[in-house]
Amino acid sequence: MAAQPILKKAGTALAAPVAWLAALIDPPLRGLQKATGLNGMAAFFLAPNMAIFGIFVLFPLVINFAYSMTGGSALFLEQRTYVGTEQYERLLTCGNYLDKQSCTEDLFWNAAGNTAVFVLFQVALMTVFAMITALILNRELRGRGFWRAVFFFPVLLSPVVVGLIWRWILQRQGLLNYLLHQVGMEPVLWLTDRFWAFAAAIMVSVWAHMGFYALILLAGLQAIPKDLYEAAEMDGTRPARVFWRITLPLLMPNLIVVVVLALIRAVQIFDEVYVLTGGGPGTSTMFLTQYIYEIGFAQLIRNPGLAAAASILMGAVLVVLTLLQLAASRRSQNAGGGK
Amino acid sequence: MTRVAAFLLRRRGGKGWHWTDVFTWMWLIGGVVLMFGPAVWLAGSSFKSPAALAEFPPSILPYVTAEATVEGYEKPLPLYRVAGEDGETRILAQVRRIGIVAQMVDPKAPGEIVKVNIADRTPVREISFATENYTEPFLHFDFFLYLRNSLFVTLMATLITLVTNSMAAFALSKYQFRGRSFVMLLILATLMVPLSVILVPLYSIISAMGLFNSLWGVILPTVATPTGVFLLRQYMLTIPDELIDAARMDRASEWQIYWRIVLPLTAPALAVLAIFSVVWRWNDFLWPLIVLSRKELYTLQVGLNTYAGELNVQWHYILAMTVVTMLPVVLVFVFLQRFITTGIAGSGLK
Repeated sequence: MAAQPILKKAGTALAAPVAWLAALIDPPLRGLQKATGLNGMAAFFLAPNMAIFGIFVLFPLVINFAYSMTGGSALFLEQRTYVGTEQYERLLTCGNYLDKQSCTEDLFWNAAGNTAVFVLFQVALMTVFAMITALILNRELRGRGFWRAVFFFPVLLSPVVVGLIWRWILQRQGLLNYLLHQVGMEPVLWLTDRFWAFAAAIMVSVWAHMGFYALILLAGLQAIPKDLYEAAEMDGTRPARVFWRITLPLLMPNLIVVVVLALIRAVQIFDEVYVLTGGGPGTSTMFLTQYIYEIGFAQLIRNPGLAAAASILMGAVLVVLTLLQLAASRRSQNAGGGK
Repeated sequence: MTRVAAFLLRRRGGKGWHWTDVFTWMWLIGGVVLMFGPAVWLAGSSFKSPAALAEFPPSILPYVTAEATVEGYEKPLPLYRVAGEDGETRILAQVRRIGIVAQMVDPKAPGEIVKVNIADRTPVREISFATENYTEPFLHFDFFLYLRNSLFVTLMATLITLVTNSMAAFALSKYQFRGRSFVMLLILATLMVPLSVILVPLYSIISAMGLFNSLWGVILPTVATPTGVFLLRQYMLTIPDELIDAARMDRASEWQIYWRIVLPLTAPALAVLAIFSVVWRWNDFLWPLIVLSRKELYTLQVGLNTYAGELNVQWHYILAMTVVTMLPVVLVFVFLQRFITTGIAGSGLK
């Protein structure tokens, strides 16, 4: 309680110079306003944000295509040589598309294959867990705010912290192997076995993000009118039927948002898995973003062109997924509006 | 006791327990264990000495073997509880161990050496918090620098985000100009351009601007968040235009309208964005990892990853520094999670 007045004092002490600064730039801005009119002021207010957008998002996006058509290891575009579609050909050429060993860039195909499997399982598990959690949080519970917070906690943790927490628990002599030992089971090499490391990558990322999606679904559940359920209860409808006929159709827009957001994020998976396994054992948990990072930045002889080409291919997948989302949400809106 | 149990187990409508109720409580309690458990276990482990960390099975509390300085011996000796033949247990200090026989002395009478089979002795254990796990990395490694860099990046980026995003949101919500919807669409479209897609060109731009190996190179590309503009604009749209017209009648300048009228009224949305921005920037990893290559510029996340990636991982330091890295976010969670959970539920942003 004693902290409050101190905070307030600090606040006013801090506000004074800021207010002074704001007052100081007012006269020149009045001049600007006189010269340019209201629309000019709109441009002035937009300028800082749009400048940063332009320099650090839009411009890179455009020159990324140029990068993907150049070769060599030089960083700046003017020192690079034009090679046409060579980088894409290198990424996409395979003797036999079912065997990644036969590809020119087998590391890329390995990463792409890993990412596909990861996305499939992670998104499915995430959606199911988030759905169950949302349904449970939507019940009449004492202390609902607390329970909602519980599942949200890992969402705030940084990927590095998430990776390290689980590295500590999954290590050879870690907590999980101790628990297995307690129930009389053999210890498992969670992070050095190919299969288990992959499974751990999926489970850890589900653990870290599930609460976020559960909250979106919960918001959707709470928006469903209560009288629908009351009517169903009066008709004596079975709970399972209520779920399939009322809850699921009305939740569909939120469910689509959840699935597509989860897909888009899963395709870019990097941070927590990189800290957890480092892409290993071997390259069995190396995903697309890590491939781009390794090729473009981490390895001794960098290949920015190849990394750019790979990132554009990944971006294309993301654009397709986003368009799918738009189409799906439009369709579900039309279906809802038609009735 | 039974009344407490009756209260806790009471259900709405007084009906009995349905299987869905059982499942609900199992899910919730399992959730508490699974969501908090790993972080709590990590925090608990961070107070253990390296010897205690290497133990298997691991103990819950940070135990160490008690030691005593005995006359005639330079180093402190570990203490053991020894069961004598007469059934009486004595506490002895171990001098050395040869095979299965330990040579021990009574700390009170250090002259006489007792030989004890190692099966007959158990170490005396006491709880001790290894606070040096926390102090050492700050004093002897660069963690103080990392902390300072992380604080600088987080605070600066959040400050700039609040200013630029609110200015843009003001323009997009309170002015009628040609191309307004195009600008809005452009901003929303950049939501689809994640960092991992533009890594290479962004890196070259940062290098060309001389911001490679600079904390500003970490800060600037992140500050123009589309979600921030969107959130603030939606909020500013609810501020009545009459207020602004009245201020214009009173010859307030546009800057004054923004600064003295709109910004104070947007405070709740600004607070939400500030919380988000602090968490985002504090947690950022991939971009600082690429931009910062000089060790003294690392943020906590990058520094932590580097130390954890060493061949010989010093877990006792890593665990403690992970707790330090986690701390601000845990504080946000404890005091401000209501803001965030309702914010996400309302707008679906992250």
